[in-house]
Amino acid sequence: MLFGGLSIVAIAQAQPSSGIVRPTTEPATPSVQLGSQLFAANCSSCHGIDGKGISAPRAGAGDIMGMGPPLRGVGALAPDFYLRTGFMPLSSIHDEPGNDRVLFSDKEIKSLVAFVASLGPGPGIPQPDPKAGSLSEGMQLFTLHCAGCHQEDGEGGFVTGARVPPLQGLTATEIAEAVRIGPYLMPKFPASQISNAQLNSIIKFVQSLKNHDDNRGGWRIGNIGPIPEGLVTWWIAVPLLIIACLAVGRRFRRQ
Amino acid sequence: MKIWKWIVTLLTLLFGRLMRRGGSVEDAEERIVPAGTPERRAENLVLVLLMLAVLAGIAFIVVYAIYPHADQPNELLGLCLGLCLALIGGALTVVAKRLVVTEELEDDYPDVHPQAQREIAEIVHESGSRITRKKLLIGAGAAAGGTLGLAALTPALSLGPLWDTAPLDMTPWRPGVALVDENGNKMPASDVVGGTFYSAFAEGVDPEDIASELVVIRLDPDKLKLPNGRADWAPDGILAYSKICTHAGCAIGLYRNPLFPDLEPKPALVCPCHYSTFDPYTGASVIYGPAGRPLPQLPLMIDGAGYLRANGNFSARVGPAWWNVREKPTYGTNE
Repeated sequence: MLFGGLSIVAIAQAQPSSGIVRPTTEPATPSVQLGSQLFAANCSSCHGIDGKGISAPRAGAGDIMGMGPPLRGVGALAPDFYLRTGFMPLSSIHDEPGNDRVLFSDKEIKSLVAFVASLGPGPGIPQPDPKAGSLSEGMQLFTLHCAGCHQEDGEGGFVTGARVPPLQGLTATEIAEAVRIGPYLMPKFPASQISNAQLNSIIKFVQSLKNHDDNRGGWRIGNIGPIPEGLVTWWIAVPLLIIACLAVGRRFRRQ
Repeated sequence: MKIWKWIVTLLTLLFGRLMRRGGSVEDAEERIVPAGTPERRAENLVLVLLMLAVLAGIAFIVVYAIYPHADQPNELLGLCLGLCLALIGGALTVVAKRLVVTEELEDDYPDVHPQAQREIAEIVHESGSRITRKKLLIGAGAAAGGTLGLAALTPALSLGPLWDTAPLDMTPWRPGVALVDENGNKMPASDVVGGTFYSAFAEGVDPEDIASELVVIRLDPDKLKLPNGRADWAPDGILAYSKICTHAGCAIGLYRNPLFPDLEPKPALVCPCHYSTFDPYTGASVIYGPAGRPLPQLPLMIDGAGYLRANGNFSARVGPAWWNVREKPTYGTNE
């Protein structure tokens, strides 16, 4: 979080061509107008000035090669998720979105969400209530729908072609939004598949997950499954074994 | 006190006998390798190490036997097996460094000279002359190696009945069998939407049955490129594949569904165990990973009430590979 805060300060001062461009004087409260200005300056290179999307790479503002999906009809749901988690904006269209930095202030996010929602009718921001959920049902549903990629402990992992993000520290709203949107390569889960009540349970379970301290093997190796464990096997354990073999096999010459 | 005397007497008898047998008569011939002085302490050390290895191997089998199948303590099992292996390694190291008489040869191995070959054989024979309890040591080594092998083979019991692949040929699917969700409710085709994936089972069948579970998805019917003869297998673009990975039999638990397909990796069914990746558009052909054959596809139909039903049986045999797995399936149905 500290790093995210620092990077926002740094960008606000430096204003590089790839950073966030802001109006010189921002209004005190969120507004669709501020949203449209921010959108034109920071989002339109990829999503089009009218939010219709760009289907082939094209140089936009700041000579950024832009390409992106249309945003008409995504409502407030998608922009709220992508901006609050820091998935957007991307520094390159080929990057995988990740929740590592939030570049807009809360006021700016509200303005952008209002502007994108005004482009066409679409789903609103979900209002989950994890307190109403059941932890045991949440664990069952999480195992069924989510654990394949995010793992039973929510540490995330890999799917071919992408890193699956960890789930610790997400807000209830962010989890609910991700389930309904299916960001990047994640499947989306409509209400016919996971009801709002079930979603409350899943969120309750996800928010109960903590980083595990009881790594019985002594080293967590990222806790994200076979790839780092394989790396440790091939690059650390195997060389150690070879060294041990060489040491055992060496003959002591006695003169 | 009496028992103690008995034990001492017994041990003296036993070891005295072994000593006499082990203490071989010195060869009258001239030796090539200088005779080493016997090292009783090193031999004892080797014996102790080998016995401990046997104990560690037995401990592995005991641990495997007493814990329930689903709750095996991996660390303990690994520790036992690792100790067994390390102790045998330690014993061999002691044998090599302290018990075998060593003599280095300058020349290459003589492959034509019979006299030189005999000398080599003699050297090899004489290298063991320092060992006084050969049979005991060999017996202990065999016991340790045997226990290690037995311990390593024990987990094979978890693989299930031996040689019996007939159940893998059975599937509950035949034309008309309904697809149900994990709660046993029939699945309306209209509830299956694109962008996500569903698990389905054969109606009225144990969901643990390896051939029962399916992964069901909906794709754009115009973009499907299914193999020949499967034109009507995916009504309205709804596809059903076996959920059991053809590599090692894990459940296909990952569905890669790009939000913006123009830029992102295309849709794929992925196995979380070893990342075998299957292309659902082309009949689940393998596009990445260790799987050797596509996921078996189940032909579907939509009945008059709009529910999904099987319209035949799988395109291939279900499950991980075994011998003759590519043969045409000869299904019976396990009702």
